[in-house]
Amino acid sequence: MASLNLLVAVSLIYVAFLFAVAFGAERAAMKGRAGWLRSPVVYTLSLSIYCTAWTFYGAVGYAARSGLEYLTIYIGPSIVMIGWVWALRKIVRIGRSQRITSVADLISSRYGKSNLLAVAVTLIAVVGTTPYIALQLQSVTQSVAAFAAADPSIVLPADNRATALWVAAGLAAFTVLFGTRNLDSNERHHGVVMAIALEAVVKLCALLAVGIFTVWGIGGGVGQTLARIDASAQLGQWQMAPGRWSGLIFLSGAALLCLPRMFQVLVVENEDERHLRTASWAFPAYMIAMSLFVMPIAVAGLSMLPEGANPDMFVLTLPLSEGHTGLAVFSFLGGFSSATSMVIVAAIALSTMVSNHIVMPIWLSLSGKGAMVSGDVRHVVIMARRISIIGVLFLGYLYYRLSGGGTALAAIGLISFSGVAQFLPSMLGGIFWRGATRNGAFAGLLLGFAIWLWCLFLPSFGDGVVLPAGVIANGPWGLGWLRPHALFSITGLDPLVHGVLWSVLLNTLAFTGLSIFSFPSPMERLQGAQFVNVYQHSASPRGWTGGTAQSEDLMIMAQRLLGAREAQKLFQSEAARQGVQGYLPDPNADFLQRLERELSGSVGAATAHAMVGQIVGGAAVSVEDLMAVADEAAQIMEYSNQLEAKSDELLRTARQLRDANAKLTQLSVQKDAFLSQISHELRTPMTSIRAFSEILRDAPGLSEPQKHKYANIIHDETVRLTRLLDDLLDLAVLENGQVSLNITRARLGDILDHALAAAGGDPSALKLRRDKPREGLWLQTDTDRLAQVFINLIANARKYCDATTPELRIAVRTGEGSLMVDFIDNGAGIETDQQTLIFEKFARIGDQKAGGAGLGLAICREIMARLEGSITYLPGQGGAAFRVTLPMPAANAAQ
Amino acid sequence: MSPRPGPVFLERRGYRQRRMLDAARVLPMLGLVLLGVPLLWPNGGAEAMPTSHAMIYIFGVWALLALASAVLVSRLSDLAADDPETPKPTGPVSGAEIAPATGPEIGPR
Amino acid sequence: MGKSVLVIEDEPNISEAISFILSRDGWHVATHSNGVDAVEAVRARRPDLVILDVMLPGRSGYDILRELRAGPETGGLPVLMLTARGQPKDRALAEEIGASRFMTKPFSNAEVLEAVNALIRP
Repeated sequence: MASLNLLVAVSLIYVAFLFAVAFGAERAAMKGRAGWLRSPVVYTLSLSIYCTAWTFYGAVGYAARSGLEYLTIYIGPSIVMIGWVWALRKIVRIGRSQRITSVADLISSRYGKSNLLAVAVTLIAVVGTTPYIALQLQSVTQSVAAFAAADPSIVLPADNRATALWVAAGLAAFTVLFGTRNLDSNERHHGVVMAIALEAVVKLCALLAVGIFTVWGIGGGVGQTLARIDASAQLGQWQMAPGRWSGLIFLSGAALLCLPRMFQVLVVENEDERHLRTASWAFPAYMIAMSLFVMPIAVAGLSMLPEGANPDMFVLTLPLSEGHTGLAVFSFLGGFSSATSMVIVAAIALSTMVSNHIVMPIWLSLSGKGAMVSGDVRHVVIMARRISIIGVLFLGYLYYRLSGGGTALAAIGLISFSGVAQFLPSMLGGIFWRGATRNGAFAGLLLGFAIWLWCLFLPSFGDGVVLPAGVIANGPWGLGWLRPHALFSITGLDPLVHGVLWSVLLNTLAFTGLSIFSFPSPMERLQGAQFVNVYQHSASPRGWTGGTAQSEDLMIMAQRLLGAREAQKLFQSEAARQGVQGYLPDPNADFLQRLERELSGSVGAATAHAMVGQIVGGAAVSVEDLMAVADEAAQIMEYSNQLEAKSDELLRTARQLRDANAKLTQLSVQKDAFLSQISHELRTPMTSIRAFSEILRDAPGLSEPQKHKYANIIHDETVRLTRLLDDLLDLAVLENGQVSLNITRARLGDILDHALAAAGGDPSALKLRRDKPREGLWLQTDTDRLAQVFINLIANARKYCDATTPELRIAVRTGEGSLMVDFIDNGAGIETDQQTLIFEKFARIGDQKAGGAGLGLAICREIMARLEGSITYLPGQGGAAFRVTLPMPAANAAQ
Repeated sequence: MSPRPGPVFLERRGYRQRRMLDAARVLPMLGLVLLGVPLLWPNGGAEAMPTSHAMIYIFGVWALLALASAVLVSRLSDLAADDPETPKPTGPVSGAEIAPATGPEIGPR
Repeated sequence: MGKSVLVIEDEPNISEAISFILSRDGWHVATHSNGVDAVEAVRARRPDLVILDVMLPGRSGYDILRELRAGPETGGLPVLMLTARGQPKDRALAEEIGASRFMTKPFSNAEVLEAVNALIRP
């Protein structure tokens, strides 16, 4: 008969064997002979921790109660695995390139390494996983109890708690031993993985053995078994609530991605991304094998075992009832394997999260040293892990004790799934959508978790345990729309589907909504780019390039930020300084500092530091993402530059308008003044002419000299009038562009001589300083017109220079494709506010009346424009200074 | 931002690789559709689907999916060991090729 | 004793023409050619009449007239203003300040004689 002692002995031998395997694998890995340990097959087998004791034992019970619905739990993950190209490959790639240690790390890292988010995810994971660990403990104790029931010679202690405690303690020991042996940077546990792979084989073989026994041993073959299934009163026909079928496929698929333990084996323990390819078909195959015989076992158990037998234990009790103790023990080992492997990996995953995101931050802040701890903190980390493992297992045990190990636990499997499924929106959103933000993820997680607590978790304890029955039936405080099974008064849904639907839906809505309306921090954006574009930046799964490749990456980045020419110049000069040929210097400290400084000019010091640090510091060369950020920065800079340019332009235009307006106003005043002036200029000579002609006509007895004198005055004044009219006409002609130039050749000096002679006035009154050698320049232009300009300027100097010994310097210089002749006197010069006005026609400075009608400079300006040169006032020369500029071709052509 | 622009035309192997990946992307959708078929089956009653038929259909589809995945993956592995979507290291984007990505290197790599 | 007149005018030709005409009419004519110290010149010479041009170098004729009208000795002095600017507002301004007579250039000699004699006759 079945002996409990045998069972205990076999279990202990099995555990010892597992220890040995794990130990051997660790040793092999340390010696670098881990190659065979890390084959795709081992990877796939380690994934089988998805099948826990709940699925090992519970699937049959599930099938016995609900028919083929249990298949959804296996179909969901199979489809996710078959679609590995979509999500899994990306998550694995991100996990490897970012050195992700847990699902909490993934989410927090994606959203700007926010520890708050990590804490939230960790807490949700702990709350969601603890009942599941309790479930494993329960299944082990139940299976022991099942054996005990078949062996009347043994009287088990009154309750199963001792068993559960021993199991929990043993698991804690194993997990601490192999889960925290080393603090690898990649968090891989070769021993543990090897052990759970072995356990995967054991549980599969155990279930297959029971199945084969059922179909061929007692069922009489496939045909008869199928016939018996169809004949079953409860399970003979397809009966399925469509909502549950699709809902549970979704839920279990999400669980594969979100369960902390699955993340641990899928991503963290992943040795080679290509193992996923094998798993993509081998894992579904494993799932098929695990679920194939469930239905036959359930039907056989229902028909052959006495009424009231626990269907959850059919896998065990069926061979026991047939007297096959060996098969039953094997089956027990299968269940034991399922439970222990799940608990071990879950404890490792949770302890990593708890210690990394909760214990360590607290310890660091409490120890008061912060991140400045210089020594080795590894022992602290390992201690934190060990305490976390023990804590997690103790929590599981506590939950088991408190919940009483009743049927309430059986329902917790799917509820646990739906709890961790709250990670899904933040996770998938984070890897596929750059716009996802921390606030969005946080809001989604909290809302989803809250709804999950209210609609699924708290009611799972049963009516009246945590939530009073009245609350479940009528809602809290009588608020019907808050009923846990009918949120917003939508009734008629299956409670599980209802809870999953609302929690995931509102989670997703909050996540996307807040993401759209919040703005991510730079760190979030950087991380987001790295996650979403993981394929573009991560090198192939085998190793990274370093050294010069780093320089090259730095160069690419620098080119984006500084522009190609600047960056190349910088790199080349640095390479030359280092004595390296080409453009790529070694990325040593000096150079990095220099580069950082250069870059900080474009993007600011902090960003530059982060960018250089990212390229140089991280093995995962995520340059492309830095590029993305750099591009964005460049775009923003460009945009703001454009805005600035536009506003500059607006300012400029406004200023021009203001200037023009001021000029117009001033000109209008000036024009008035000019009309008076022109009137004055015309009337003054006419007054003399009239007066003297009347004198000559009316006054008798004038002497000849007198007559002659008066006639002369009349003549001079007539000339003056004529000159004024000439000026006006000249200006009109020039302004209308009707002037035809008469191009001739002449030396500049000759033109100046001519102008000085023609300028009139007293030649000796104005001292001249000229630059005779330079005046030897030949010009080919309208020399008469040019002379006219010079005459004007010289005449002005003579008229207006108010120095005691007036002096005019005529300086000649060439350069920049033009010839410049400066006329600088030593007078008071012209007031700044008048300088722009003097070239306007009609303009006169002050109320001086020494000159003509104020047309001279206006005419000069028009002439110079026709000669394709210019005349400007030169401020700051210690007197009135005019610069006549001629295009050099005009000067050169004849040189 | 778009990553480094890849070549417009891939050689035959690369092209085949990408189509295989496309197929691997379509496969789970196909699976979802096929495994959604049970939603259309009558629930109980006289015309109800016998459980054995349901099992044969579901397990058949499931096994075919796994098989198809295996075939796709093996063809991917046969074609090339490398991930086709990982860009090969290339030289700098702009300007002349400053340092060849392959060939003699300046400094240690 | 003949009447004295001070001609404040910067245009030498016009100043000479006026001097010639008034001298032949029996006036003692003095001339002054800039605006800056025109008022001092008036006070120093104490003419019976002033002929004042509006546009003078250094100081405007209007300013000079204003100062003359403000002074106790020169407040009632007959002043004939001459201007080359023919705009009505110039005349208005001159009359407002207190010019005894306002003439626009060019003028006929007879007009000037008539005007000065009219101003000096009580």
